[in-house]
Amino acid sequence: MRALLLAVLLVLTGCSSQEEPPRTVTVFAAASLTETFTTLGKEFEAANPGVRVTFNFAGSSALAKQITEGAPADVFASAAPANMQQVTDAKDPVTFARNQLEIAVPKGNPGKVTGLAAFADENLDIALCAEQVPCGAAAKKALAAAGITAKPDTLEQDVKAALTKVRLGEVDAALVYRTDVKAAGAEVEGIDFPEASKAVNDYPITVLGKAPNAAQAKAFVDFVRSDRGKAVLAEAGFSAP
Amino acid sequence: MSGRRVGKGRLPAVLVVPAVLGLAFLVLPLVGLLARTSWAEFPSRLLSAEVGEALRLSLVCASLATVVCVVLGVPLAWVLARGDIPGRRLVRALVTVPLVLPPVVGGVALLLVLGKRGPVGGLLENWFGVSLPFTTAGVVVAEAFVAMPFLVISVEGALRAADPRVEEAAATLGASRWLAFRRVTLPSVMPGVVAGTVLSWARALGEFGATITFAGNFPGETTTMPLAVYLALETDPQAAIALSVVLLVVSVAVLASLRNRWVGG
Repeated sequence: MRALLLAVLLVLTGCSSQEEPPRTVTVFAAASLTETFTTLGKEFEAANPGVRVTFNFAGSSALAKQITEGAPADVFASAAPANMQQVTDAKDPVTFARNQLEIAVPKGNPGKVTGLAAFADENLDIALCAEQVPCGAAAKKALAAAGITAKPDTLEQDVKAALTKVRLGEVDAALVYRTDVKAAGAEVEGIDFPEASKAVNDYPITVLGKAPNAAQAKAFVDFVRSDRGKAVLAEAGFSAP
Repeated sequence: MSGRRVGKGRLPAVLVVPAVLGLAFLVLPLVGLLARTSWAEFPSRLLSAEVGEALRLSLVCASLATVVCVVLGVPLAWVLARGDIPGRRLVRALVTVPLVLPPVVGGVALLLVLGKRGPVGGLLENWFGVSLPFTTAGVVVAEAFVAMPFLVISVEGALRAADPRVEEAAATLGASRWLAFRRVTLPSVMPGVVAGTVLSWARALGEFGATITFAGNFPGETTTMPLAVYLALETDPQAAIALSVVLLVVSVAVLASLRNRWVGG
């Protein structure tokens, strides 16, 4: 019994060490930033001992809603300026990356898709994002620029869901971001099309007004915008602003 | 039978306090939803073509899915409760898999089997030219997949509580097993079947993850109310709240009327 008490005491005192507790930067970031921001977060932690970066990756509109409902976020990185505007607490957001659409087809291109015209083909299975989400709004713009009336079979709730349908070979083509095609690896082939330049998505980032840890939040935003940050983003398929 | 009350008198606080807390926990989010609804726009939203379409699709698909659940689930429950099959515990555990599986994962699993490239989906397409993903039939399949365990568990529980000797008595009087099941067993477990049916229907009506993953989202074909709510939330939270309230009112109305009719209070 005494040994047990001693053990408990040791554990308790061990917990309350003399060091300062690690400070945490909470980053709310668009789902399409999952890979790049995870990498940047690890590098930021390595360069700043004692600082922890935690992420909440989700659709930009869901994140905007969570922030306006009072979620304790330090940084918000959105996949579209519109979602950034919903967050009144956002102070001077800056564009740190751009993304553009690409046609994604399953490996081997079973539908023999060559360009945007395939999206008007009734006989192909086509996935687009729903207009309510950024990738759907961008797709609508690009299709309008090309003068094509798409015949989609499904309007997906986010870009990753559209990509999943391509990965599983359930659709012959989908419009997703270039970064998603890159992240999908060998299972998915990407086809560029000229009208993509008509619908480029800006990614804004900001430190939030009510940030619990504003100093380190700013340091993280600076790191994302540094040369190293730009390199990681470029490797994932983002273009520089 | 009016039911004798055992131990009349004051209800013990140790039960009443958690019961009230439990009720509040379930009802408060509902109150929040109602409080944030803009009632002025409510009728116009309810009458819009898209909402009508999504609501009709939700009700039709949930009802068809429930029929599938009953037709396949009641026999499955009977086999689990009465059949002398090897590995019954394992089968029972497998039946509950859709309950623990995140619905989106269930949707992916359905795609892998019933999709264009899946073993079963490929056969359906080659032999019958039938493709389930992105069709209303696909919605029914996804909803039945997640809802069936509710029915099987309810009915199996009722069967196990029922006295098998009544069936045996029927058998000694010359009834075949099928006749005994129809005329003796089924009536005796009817409350369990009704409860399971209602649960399955409710679960199917609210289904989101498996549906959007397996059947996709296209207005008039696969956009049920939960999908419409999700997408409305992206741009117009007020519309999403209004849609949720519509779904809520309709489902509560249906469930309440069924309860009065079949269970009697």
